[in-house]
Amino acid sequence: MIFPKRLKGPIRDDLQLIGSMIPHGARVLDVGCGNGELLAWLAHEKQVDGRGVELSMAGVRAAVARGVAVIQGDADTDLDDYPDDAFDYAILSQTLQATERPREVLGNLVRISRRSIVSFPNFGNWRSRFQLMFRGRMPVGDCMPHEWWQTPNIHLCTTRDFLDLCSTMGIVVEKAIALDARGQACSYSGQGRFANLFGVQSVFVLTRHAGR
Amino acid sequence: MVVPDPKTVNAVVELCTDAPLRLDSGAEMGPVTVAYQTQGTLNASRSNVVLVCHALTLDQYMRGPHPVTGRPGWWEDMVGPGKVIDTTRFFVVCANVLGGCMGTSGPKDINPATGKPWGLDFPVITIRDMIRVQALLLDHLGIENIFCVIGGSMGAMQALQWAVSYPERVGAAVVIAGSWRHSAQNIAFNEVARQAIMADPDWRGGDYLNQGTRPAHGLAVARMTAHITYLSEPALHRKFGRKLQDREQLSYGFEADFQVESYLRHQGASFVRRFDANSLLYITRAMDYFDLSDEYGGVLANAFTRTKTRFCIVSFSSDWLYPTTDSRAIVRALNAAAANVSFVEVDTDKGHDAFLLDEPAFSDTLSGFLESIARRAGLPPKLKGPSDARGDDPQAPLAVTPVRDSQPEGTGP
Repeated sequence: MIFPKRLKGPIRDDLQLIGSMIPHGARVLDVGCGNGELLAWLAHEKQVDGRGVELSMAGVRAAVARGVAVIQGDADTDLDDYPDDAFDYAILSQTLQATERPREVLGNLVRISRRSIVSFPNFGNWRSRFQLMFRGRMPVGDCMPHEWWQTPNIHLCTTRDFLDLCSTMGIVVEKAIALDARGQACSYSGQGRFANLFGVQSVFVLTRHAGR
Repeated sequence: MVVPDPKTVNAVVELCTDAPLRLDSGAEMGPVTVAYQTQGTLNASRSNVVLVCHALTLDQYMRGPHPVTGRPGWWEDMVGPGKVIDTTRFFVVCANVLGGCMGTSGPKDINPATGKPWGLDFPVITIRDMIRVQALLLDHLGIENIFCVIGGSMGAMQALQWAVSYPERVGAAVVIAGSWRHSAQNIAFNEVARQAIMADPDWRGGDYLNQGTRPAHGLAVARMTAHITYLSEPALHRKFGRKLQDREQLSYGFEADFQVESYLRHQGASFVRRFDANSLLYITRAMDYFDLSDEYGGVLANAFTRTKTRFCIVSFSSDWLYPTTDSRAIVRALNAAAANVSFVEVDTDKGHDAFLLDEPAFSDTLSGFLESIARRAGLPPKLKGPSDARGDDPQAPLAVTPVRDSQPEGTGP
């Protein structure tokens, strides 16, 4: 598998990989867009027509000031309104595990966009397994820095869990990338057992349209 | 006393002198007088026009002094040199609405057919009729395109109607604490206000101006009721609690024992000095009739099909008159129409009137939105702070010659 080249630029590392997958001039929805960093960057570098959804008022204000069209809302309730295939790309970065109804969110995402890019922390990573197995503790690490009683992450899953759900929902996985602790893409093949063990984060490109 | 900025112009113009204005009701009107205020300078490309639409009982005096009350304008904190709506870069226009009582044709003006005040012979108007008149005013000023239309409350309805009726003329629309239609509760409160006025014997079937009376009590009660809906329970209680007014103990009578009673009475009394009762009837009616989806088979999204306007929708968390759900319905419709829309619910306990008060989260949002669309439109950058903003306009000014023959002084009741 050929991994997209990482982009150079003043945006967060994990957003760069996602940004690199978006073609020039695309219509893009970023769900959980924070302060609009990625959309502003995409608008500037790739002239995309971007929209954002963000929960926090401070995030929305910052994004609006950047010239990004953002609505205050959340993935669980506010994706229903968009028509089918409203966007070329929908991005859900590090947000799926914090939604109340991940399955519905995922269903909406692939419905309203021709391609969806979803990233989340991989609970199947060996460090998580190690912490549970040998320390008997809920995993806490760089990607999941919260203690169990304060974490917003209520629906954690492993890479393989996620692939199972996609398969159940008839969602086509066009591309799967696992990032290791250093942010490097690591090998992804077969059942993805290796990636599920060593990947810290997973990035998937999904579509409901088979054969594209 | 507030000294007007040299670039502030209050003017009155007579429109529809050749052909009458056809209203939604089917009635025709002409000529129509429009009183308006402008601030700043129209640039050479006529691309810096900000149209401000005022709320129900406000008027064109964004900047004061108000000719009747002598007080500062209602949006003086927001509009001016170096302010959020920066008059060193924008040409800001605000017109008194049709049916109003601060110089634009309304029920207290003289009906040319009878030589007497219109009273209830004035035709019933709609929000769309108000927009038609504003469009004629902009035509008169030689302005085709609006850089941004901004309105709160009833002004928000006008901003929406502008974007729907004249999509090609409106670059951006800021819709603050508004709705796309009047709800049953909105209509109900307006009906209470109207009934209070009509129950006053001095209203005289709307003919009070001819009969030398004024329905001051009814109008004051209408204002008191409405004023409560502009605030929130926490804000009202924080301000007044159960504090007594000028007394140590309860009077065991019906004086204004409580500060909140005294406050409301004061609100009612001062409103009566500046507002016409029939105007309130007509404008509240226009609001009640407002339903943007009406023309589009009840599907609001269809009102925005193929819109190119950039929208910024703002609601206030404690606004129970036009609650956030109303704004969200607009956002949903705009999303369904694939429009360019931003939406913020400002977290505040100040209620509906928060857009008139010092609410930094709101002014920052508006400022950020205007800055981003100005940058996109290639307007010159904002100057820093009011003190630096007195310099010359960076773009060549174009002389606009509004009709200055009558300064609307003392035109209020």
